[in-house]
Amino acid sequence: MSSRRAVITGLGVVAPNGLGAEEYWKALLAGESGIAELSRFDTSRYSARLAGEIRDFDGAEHLPSRLMPQTDISTRYALAAADWALADAGIDAGAGIDDYDMGVITSTSQGGFDFTHREFHKLWSQGPEYVSVYESFAWFYAVNTGQISIRNGMRGPSAALVGEQAGGLDAIGHARRTVRRGTRLVLSGGVDSAFDPWGWSAQLAGGRVSTADDPERAYLPFDGAACGHVPGEGGAMLVVEDAESARERGAPRTYGEIAGYAATFDPSPGTGRPPGLRRAAELALADAQLTPSAIGAVFADAAGIPAFDAAEAQAVREIFGPYGVPVTAPKALTGRMYAGGGPADIAAALFALRDRVIPATAHTTSVPDSYGLDLVLGEPRPVRADAVLVLARGRHGFNAAVVLTTV
Amino acid sequence: MTLDDLRGTLIACAGEEDSVELSGDILDMTFEDLGYDSLALMESAAKIERDHGISLPEEAVAEADTPRALLALVNGLTATAA
Repeated sequence: MSSRRAVITGLGVVAPNGLGAEEYWKALLAGESGIAELSRFDTSRYSARLAGEIRDFDGAEHLPSRLMPQTDISTRYALAAADWALADAGIDAGAGIDDYDMGVITSTSQGGFDFTHREFHKLWSQGPEYVSVYESFAWFYAVNTGQISIRNGMRGPSAALVGEQAGGLDAIGHARRTVRRGTRLVLSGGVDSAFDPWGWSAQLAGGRVSTADDPERAYLPFDGAACGHVPGEGGAMLVVEDAESARERGAPRTYGEIAGYAATFDPSPGTGRPPGLRRAAELALADAQLTPSAIGAVFADAAGIPAFDAAEAQAVREIFGPYGVPVTAPKALTGRMYAGGGPADIAAALFALRDRVIPATAHTTSVPDSYGLDLVLGEPRPVRADAVLVLARGRHGFNAAVVLTTV
Repeated sequence: MTLDDLRGTLIACAGEEDSVELSGDILDMTFEDLGYDSLALMESAAKIERDHGISLPEEAVAEADTPRALLALVNGLTATAA
């Protein structure tokens, strides 16, 4: 490694309550929710009907027509968010960075569900000769990395990471590692979308989706009445750049530094050993060379299921002390975006550092005292520190933590 | 199959390159110059096979590198099939 510092110089967000990073941030501060009845198909025969659905995104408005027949909706989100992040960072053909000095590292946990559903439908109703040749890669976890790389001529070290909701933070952690190894710039983040009937059924089969009907009571992170999560779609892309390189090229802005990152994996069920979230957070703090007292806010994973909320609250309490740090979960307004969730939280956390304000956790009203959690409720609250911690857990044992600081 | 039919098939299967005037005189331009890669041509060939009830040999499609050549291939086969 080296003393190279990885900073974030561009943001692109595609979220159920806002298209564009600033729009998303404004929606979070205003408490605008993207959760409503899913409109992509008739959900009347399904146990759950609420989703954080993106309703105002037309892929054809943002992408060339050559890309439309070959992309799932999630890839369209990834490509648009990548375009916006690069524009935000002032990166274009004239930025003077060699194409082998720009990598792409993304995460998705669901792949191209909607696209694949359509192709399966053709396979079973019409025959194999009707299946699109583009199915060969449109479904695939690495497709967003590939399409972003091709579209933007970014040929540097690239990768795709899968870790359910933790995967987006893992991608950004790996982007930081890649920059510290000598690549000038990495476009990194994650997206997910699975709102076709097959993808929706798969999500419901997981057993953690809220079946509540009231959009304001369906996903209640850390509430005593928490009853599951609302699935969301979308995510965020970030331009992660070597700080020196950003300074040299005169990057228009620097949102913050990725000061620490760590990932852990939970022990097997039944071992009696504690889950790995606390250790991920502690390792990320150590990586950032910060003590817990330096952290001004925690952006929580916020599972919305009592047992998992209690476990996360315990981890936060053990590190920071009871009521020791403001905690928030802006994803209450978007639903869980899986691989997109962590990167969207990072965007929110960077804006929180910039504007010195923590967005509130919407909808939750009553946090059990036993959690010992200072959850930001009702109104946004001022940030009184130069560092924040972002947490994420992926189903089946993934934990990831990122520490962001002002520069 | 006419050139217009082929244009429609290409656009339906693979979209069109912004920088290319597909409505112009493209008969002898290469598919590569028109912005279509091998996957785009495979997808278009599959649709032509379905629409015309013919079977296009993969190697012949790969060798037909212009709209004129592909139309000759398709129309030769449809004439035989008819």
